[in-house]
Formats: sequence, C-alpha cells, structure tokens
Amino acid sequence: MDINEIIEKTNHFLIEEIEVDPELISPTADLREDLGIDSLDFVDIVVLVERNFGFKIKAEEMTEVRTLEAFYQYIGKKLNTK
Amino acid sequence: MRRVVITGVGIYSCIGKNCTEVVDSLYHGRSGIGIDPARTEYGYRSPLTGIVTRPDLKGILDRKQRAFLPQEAEYAYISTIEALAQAGLDIAYFEQNEAGILFGNDSSAQAVVEAHETIKEKRDTVLVGAASVFHSMTSVVSMNLATILKLKGINFSVSGACASGSHAIGLGYLFIKHGLQEMVICGGAQEVNMVAMGSFDGISAFSTRVDEPAKASRPFDADRDGLVPSGGAATLILEEYEHAKKRGATILCEVAGYGFSSNGEHISQPSDRGSYVAMERALRDSGLLPKDIGYINAHATSTPIGDKFEAMAITQLFGENSVPVSSTKSMTGHECWMAGASELVYTILMMQNDFIAPNINFERPDEYSALLNIAAQRMDGRFDVALSNSFGFGGTNSALVIHQIK
Repeated sequence: MDINEIIEKTNHFLIEEIEVDPELISPTADLREDLGIDSLDFVDIVVLVERNFGFKIKAEEMTEVRTLEAFYQYIGKKLNTK
Repeated sequence: MRRVVITGVGIYSCIGKNCTEVVDSLYHGRSGIGIDPARTEYGYRSPLTGIVTRPDLKGILDRKQRAFLPQEAEYAYISTIEALAQAGLDIAYFEQNEAGILFGNDSSAQAVVEAHETIKEKRDTVLVGAASVFHSMTSVVSMNLATILKLKGINFSVSGACASGSHAIGLGYLFIKHGLQEMVICGGAQEVNMVAMGSFDGISAFSTRVDEPAKASRPFDADRDGLVPSGGAATLILEEYEHAKKRGATILCEVAGYGFSSNGEHISQPSDRGSYVAMERALRDSGLLPKDIGYINAHATSTPIGDKFEAMAITQLFGENSVPVSSTKSMTGHECWMAGASELVYTILMMQNDFIAPNINFERPDEYSALLNIAAQRMDGRFDVALSNSFGFGGTNSALVIHQIK
C-alpha cells in the first residue's frame, strides 16, 4: 500500500467515523490539540486501524505520534515491517 | 407540604414518536405490534414485537454524544427533548440551575452480546471500542442524558424489572417532596432487539398469535395467550409546584401519591395482596379515596396469571364494576422497563384530551375481568384523578396517583 492510499484511507475514517472537521485535516495538524482526539477516540481509532489496515496499534508507540503526518508515517512503517 | 407537579412529557414508542402521534393512536385504539421475522430464525417461539424504529440523531448530536447511546438511550434522548421543550427547559437552564435525573432501565443487552462476539473472534478486548462499556451498563440512559444535558443534581438509574419506570417517577416525587431537589427528569427506557428478549421468549411469556399481530396483546380477555414485548422511552419533568409556578411553566398535573410493595413470594408470579398494598398506599399518600379515582391504567400485560391477580386486587380495593380500567398494553405491547413511565405519559395525554383509551381486543371477559369496568371501547369525557399500576418480576409493585390541578 503506498503512502497516498494510507493518507486517503486514514483521512476518510477520521472524517466519516471520528467526525473530524475536514477543514482541520492537514499533515501538520496535532491529533490531540488541533483535531481534539481524546483517549476514548484513540480506542476507536485502534479499532478503525485494525479494520482498515489489518494491524493493531501499540499504545506505547502512539505516544511518539503527535501529528497527522507522523500518524501516516507510523501506519506506513507498520505495514512495511509487518 | 411541598407539592410535586409534572410540567412536560415526551414519548417515543411503537404507537407514535411524539405526543401528538401517540394521542392519535390512543384515541383510535391503534396497535403498534408487528412481526420481526429474524426472531423466528434466531430461535424465538414468537416473532411478535412492538415495532420501534431507531431515530437518526446525526446532525442533532455530535459523534461523541451519539457514540455512547445504545438504542434505548437514543429513544430516551428523543422523548426527553420533547418533554423539555414542553416544560420550557434547555441546556442553558441546566447550566445555571440544579436538576436531577432518575430513569428506569433494567438491561442493555445488545452491547454485552456484541462485545462478547468481538472479543471471542479477535481475542482482544481493545477491539470492542470505546463506547461498549457505557452501552452495556443499565445506567446508560441516566449517564448519557446527565452528560448531554449538563445535569448537576441526583443522577442514577432504577432497576425494578417491569416497574422500573414507575419507581423512578415515585423516587423523583419523593426527592422533590422532601426538599432534596426542585426538579427531576424522570422516565423509563426499553431496548427493542432480538438478543435482549430471547430468554423472556424462552419462558413462554410471549403470545404466539402471529397471524393477527394487532390482536395478540389482549389484556383481561379470556382468549389471551401471553404478552408482546415492546419498547421505546418516555420522559416526565417532575417539579416542585411553587418552582414551576414561579418559572411560568404549564402544569400538566400533580403527582399526588406513590405506593409500593414487595410480594415476598414467587419470583415471577404476581400477587393480589402485593398489588393491593401498593395501590392502597398510593391512595393513602395522596389523601384520596377509591371513589375519587376516575381512571385506572392497569399494568395488565395479557398474561392469564398476571391479569387475574391485578383484576382481583382492583376489585378488592375499588369494588365490582366501579372505576373505568384499561390496559394500554393492548396497543403498545409490554414496554417492560419503560412501561411505568410510558403508561403515566399515556394517562396524562388522555387526561388532557378528555378520553380514556380503549383496552382493545377485550372481547370476552373471564371470571376475574368480568368484575371490572373495562373500557373495551374508548370512553369520552373528562377525568380528574388517575391511578397507574406497574408490577415486576421479584414481586416489586409500584402505583402512582396523579390529578389535574384545579
């Protein structure tokens, strides 16, 4: 899966399932500060990533992931190293 | 003594999604019962159920608010918004003024089953998602509405089987009467899904008159063969009388008395004695006499044994062929945890519109129901005082008396 597909799928579930305002979606957006994603949203994001990409996020790895760009990269790295 | 009044009601049920629709159904004796074919396939004896569609709350509540609402809490949100509008209340009011919530609910089974299936398949609890924990608690309605509406008073749910909604109102009444709260949002909610009611079907409690769904629920009729499960939600705004007057709220009626009892006998079999004690206690609390009651909304669910004991208790307390009686379950089916609240809403709507809804399908009395003055057809005319009965498994009984404010 190339990075553009990852970006597209991720943005899609953030907008459709988590109901993030599409206008706030940008690579530099901070997941917590800018997109308002809280700890309960993260639990649902774990489920959505599993459903869309077939792997389970490790909570300790996510602490390093601050921005959307970092999140896309994290997913790409997991998919390639799987 | 502080008086307790009702300043708003809301309803979401199989006979209507708001008060206007429900009044029309009650007036015309329209049944909300239908068939859910999936139940037969799943293993039910009876596919009969109240047909309740889920409201679409997208665009009304944001994702986080919606995500934590299982179906019964969605129903309760709709009925509560209707009740609040009638009472002239909104979230801005609750940010400035303390109000409580007491809701009757005794299961939230679907989320438990879905979580189990996910965990079993994935072998991982995280993949259940964030909402499931809230969905699966019986306090799911009060916890969600308290959060959405920013309520700051008493906040819990009441589990008293099929008397849950009635006890919730009784407790709200007591909290206000004794000066602990000025306003409490009371009600009852009942999920409508296959997994919640399977075990109930398993004890042969349900009617199997599948060829005539609208005739299946027939409380007090000699040819009844069981109840029909149903659900939805009902909300009533209880408020201290002077508080309501000061606010300029429209007072629909006064809650005049609450009575309760426990049979202390069989887990599923009702008792005439227990029912009598609850009704008599509610009357005593109200300071009224049996002759003052203008209408009894019976608990009668359409099971031979339950209807019999209630008919006996009513006859013992009120005498033969006296007060008009009807069971609105003949149209709604048994709304279980919600029934005590919804049936008080139905009673208030009838009181406001000067009619007694028919106990449809009452065609042939048995030896017990023959002694009651059952409204087989709609009765037109004003009544000022009403009694609403609710009884549940474990022998829990509740009775509420309401009257018009003169």
